[in-house]
Amino acid sequence: MVKTMTSLERVLTTLSFKEPDRVPFFLLLTMHGAKELGISIKEYFSKHEYVVEGQLRLREKYKHDCYYPFFYAGIETEAWGGEIIYSDDGPPNAGEPIIAKFDQIERFEAPKIKNNQPLQKVLNAIEDLKSRIGNDAPIIGVVMSPFSLPVMQLGFEKYLDLMIEHPALFNKLMAVNESFCVEWANAQIAAGATAICFFDPVSSTTIVTPEMYERTGFQIAKRVIAQIKGPTATHFASGRCLPIIPKVMETGTAIIGCSVEEDPQEIKFKCAGKLSMLGNLNGIEMRRWTSLEAKAKVKELISLTAPGGGFILSDNHGEIPFQVPDEILMTISETVHTFGNYPIN
Amino acid sequence: MINNTLEMVEILTQSLLDMDRIKVKKVILSNCENSSIITSIEELVVPALERIGQSWENGSLSLSQVYMSGRICEETIDDLLPPLDPDRTDQPPMAIVVLDDYHMLGKRIVYSTLRASGFELHNYNHMDIETLVKQIKLDEIKILLISVLMLPSALHIKELRQRLDQENITLKLLVGGAPFRFDSNLWTEVGADAMGISATDAVTYVKKCIEELS
Repeated sequence: MVKTMTSLERVLTTLSFKEPDRVPFFLLLTMHGAKELGISIKEYFSKHEYVVEGQLRLREKYKHDCYYPFFYAGIETEAWGGEIIYSDDGPPNAGEPIIAKFDQIERFEAPKIKNNQPLQKVLNAIEDLKSRIGNDAPIIGVVMSPFSLPVMQLGFEKYLDLMIEHPALFNKLMAVNESFCVEWANAQIAAGATAICFFDPVSSTTIVTPEMYERTGFQIAKRVIAQIKGPTATHFASGRCLPIIPKVMETGTAIIGCSVEEDPQEIKFKCAGKLSMLGNLNGIEMRRWTSLEAKAKVKELISLTAPGGGFILSDNHGEIPFQVPDEILMTISETVHTFGNYPIN
Repeated sequence: MINNTLEMVEILTQSLLDMDRIKVKKVILSNCENSSIITSIEELVVPALERIGQSWENGSLSLSQVYMSGRICEETIDDLLPPLDPDRTDQPPMAIVVLDDYHMLGKRIVYSTLRASGFELHNYNHMDIETLVKQIKLDEIKILLISVLMLPSALHIKELRQRLDQENITLKLLVGGAPFRFDSNLWTEVGADAMGISATDAVTYVKKCIEELS
């Protein structure tokens, strides 16, 4: 009989490739906090106190294994002065790119993190959560990889042009983004984040070739992750990663967020006890699952990937859509609590 | 000497992946010695882009390669078949748009692929539903392609379809983008007529629509 662990113990055990009491699971919920508080998404993200309250209520309700005080991806470009577009039913989006012309990159500078209003909200949320929950469960901070942030800084099309046709400017932008990313990640660790989710969708093989990743995203991730003063999870936000798993391991990251487009068993096999797997429920489809389907999907994923540890059950994108009903989230939770106890049968 | 179409498609595909613009043009021009530019597009460009799109679908090529291939083909075909050429303009009015947000890459890839395939279409960039309905009326659009990255944008297509119905606007609606890839039922739910996984699916669908509309 395994003793009941705290969420943090459970996660740390699985990360050391041992079996904890049960499968840890991260419901990466952001906007659902607004629903819990009965306020709009825009209002919810306007104050760190709302996000803290939302995260506390969500974990209390679904009994999952982390706090996720992530606001929205565009907060990093907002810190640079970029516009944010709010909607009633989805994540706040980055507006018009902040770099309109390539020559702006020559004099491009990162914002200071201290006293930067959007970033400070996130730090306050982490600090507040940490003071309330102590070491019970991990608090996951979030950064955009320097290699992926330009999708919001320039727009995707222009960024691919920069990457392929303007290597000098690309390197200059990466240098600025790298120092920002390290500073931003470490500020979150200092505020109380247990680990950092390093979102790097552009590095996925859905977007660039493995060869290009090796020359670009991999080198950047390796340099940045080495300077982050805490463990990291590299997440490709639904992008594919199988061919680059050996290189992802070399970046020094502890966890890999995996796409539903890839076979979880194959991913687990390739991770070879060196990288833990996070994933890979289909968050988009989850919106219209029945409870029976949700239960079946969770049970299947547990049976395929949980034995031996090195696995945290989650969605495949790193954020569960606002449209996913509470009933389905509850079914996921109940299924993990019922069928996720080790040893897995 | 390149002596068969399959071999030429193979060479064109590789030249696109190598981003060798000169060779791309040379291969297409060599085919034009015996046939028209439109035939060369049909025989070479569309199959090469199809191959690249399929390789992206099965995970062996990346989106950056799909994007660059489409862009190079578009530039090359623009040289050979200018935008005002009657072969391009004698088509039902069509347009492409990103709904709600600024995620433009998918739209750009489809736009380039359609133009490289000899079609001409309005590029609406990003629009909200009301602006889009007005523009559709103005341009008398018969085929509309919508690219989305975010789930809420995909779900808003349902509202667009309702608005079009209210205005008695009939058009063919093709949707594409990540939410549709991850949920294969979503396109029917939002009232689209078809869904494309790769950019060349758009070419196939547009051809089918043109046949139906003519």
